[in-house]
Amino acid sequence: MAVSTDPLDGTLLKEQFPLLSREVHGKPIVYLDSAATSQKPLSVLDAMDDYYRTINSNVHRGVYMIAEEATNRTEMARALVRDFIGARSSSEIIFTKNATEALNMVAQSWGRANLSAGDVVVLSHMEHHANIVPWHMLVAEIGIQLRWIPLDAEGRLDLTELDTLLDGAKVLSVTAMSNVLGTMNPVRTLTDAARKAGAISIIDGCQSVPHSATNVQDLGADFLAFSGHKMCGPTGIGVLYGREDLLEAMPPFLGGGEMIRDVRLDGFTTNELPWKFEAGTPAIAEIIGLGAAVEWLNGVGMDNIRAHEISLTEYTISTLHQRFGDRIRIHGPSSPLERGGVFSFDFDGLHPHDISQVLDQHAVCVRAGHHCAKPLMKLLGIGATARASVYVYNDTADIDALADALDATGAFFTL
Amino acid sequence: MPGLEDLYREIILDHYRNPRNRGELETPPAHRVEGFNPLCGDEIVLYLDLDADGRVADIRISGQGCSISQSSASMMSAAVKGKTIAEIDDLTRAFKAMMSIHENSLEGAETTDPIEAPDVKLGDLEALRGVVKFPVRIKCATLAWNTLAQGIEEASA
Repeated sequence: MAVSTDPLDGTLLKEQFPLLSREVHGKPIVYLDSAATSQKPLSVLDAMDDYYRTINSNVHRGVYMIAEEATNRTEMARALVRDFIGARSSSEIIFTKNATEALNMVAQSWGRANLSAGDVVVLSHMEHHANIVPWHMLVAEIGIQLRWIPLDAEGRLDLTELDTLLDGAKVLSVTAMSNVLGTMNPVRTLTDAARKAGAISIIDGCQSVPHSATNVQDLGADFLAFSGHKMCGPTGIGVLYGREDLLEAMPPFLGGGEMIRDVRLDGFTTNELPWKFEAGTPAIAEIIGLGAAVEWLNGVGMDNIRAHEISLTEYTISTLHQRFGDRIRIHGPSSPLERGGVFSFDFDGLHPHDISQVLDQHAVCVRAGHHCAKPLMKLLGIGATARASVYVYNDTADIDALADALDATGAFFTL
Repeated sequence: MPGLEDLYREIILDHYRNPRNRGELETPPAHRVEGFNPLCGDEIVLYLDLDADGRVADIRISGQGCSISQSSASMMSAAVKGKTIAEIDDLTRAFKAMMSIHENSLEGAETTDPIEAPDVKLGDLEALRGVVKFPVRIKCATLAWNTLAQGIEEASA
């Protein structure tokens, strides 16, 4: 059915993910919620386990061997992340708790230092709450103004008024890919327009970085935020990429150990980048796990992953439409080339909670709710959607299982 | 493993497909109150008309939600119409006791002693007893009740 070739077809990737071999309600699990969090390959679990078993010690300033090893491994992970997104220097890779913390760091540190009452920040109608609420907080605190890029009928950004929206703006902060619609946004067009208008650009890469090759130079982004746990890495670790000159000029976010060069009774001076923004003992095992995840993704190849997901997207959309016709409505762009493997759908007029409850009985894991994008839900005129999302380890059999389970769901709720 | 039939009793599906007291009331005299379930985005708008004796003269419900939250709201609206605030308070406590007995046993408590509940007939609402086997959905079932409590408090303030 799929017309594009899938470079990962038959590569048995599932076997590398221990969780995917378990059963739920007596049936093999069908995991279709990777937009919320991805599963972890054995190599990531092993890397974290190995840290705790063989080199567990605090990083930096330890003069003994295992502390040096732990330090080396975290800094190796930073270099892997740096190369993974095409950053120029490890100084530009700040480890955070997650993408949410990374976005808050930019808003709180860069925003408070550079924004004043009346300054304009441009967001879009498809943002995750993590790229809305930090700015609302600055509205309350500083009195900045927010402008919103609207969407077209297929759930793409409507850029016809972009230059007007950016006129006089200080910040453009948008997602590279919608976690609800799957829409992949033209990031370079956006960052070019922002630069022309004199605004900095912040990209939420949570959904895009795990699924396609990323190069911050090509994207033209000043800041890029993403989470480790959506890209085969552990929870509790995220990344803020920032252009070095911008990071240098920013005040620190959290104060404490690690982020200082000197502390006196009358003040302090900050450490150099990136540690200036990494107060306290970092999430060492998680950093090492993220490094292992990047190595694993590199081994598969990000271009292969993107091609696999385009192929699976074609299959998903055509299968669901063929089997259910008008009973299903999939939100977002219809072209697989304009979207990622995130499928929010309405089915049979049923509530997403009810859908996901019945799907769970068939061991099919999907998400139901507003997906932390309430302004978008309001725009779509719905309270919630059911959302299936795929990743590198999913295959057409998973989609067939989803379709079978939806069939059963429809039958269950029909009189 | 609790089956789907425990959760979706026929009477629940009936209230979901044919919700009672659906709609709006003119405000004032009616009082309007909104309730949200931040987890799933469900929202309920409740219109409450209390008469001079403190009875629910009329009640209407709008908003959107899953079969559990909608049917719970529908059954609740039928159950509280014509009742006094004190009677509704008893009913609410009885309903919540039914929902929370299982919450306790989930936390590992040995006993299934019911939380002190007023001796009230729950009628159709008994059908929602199966919800306690699906802890994530308890909030769906209680949304309408929490909203009603807020509405009564505001309306009689």
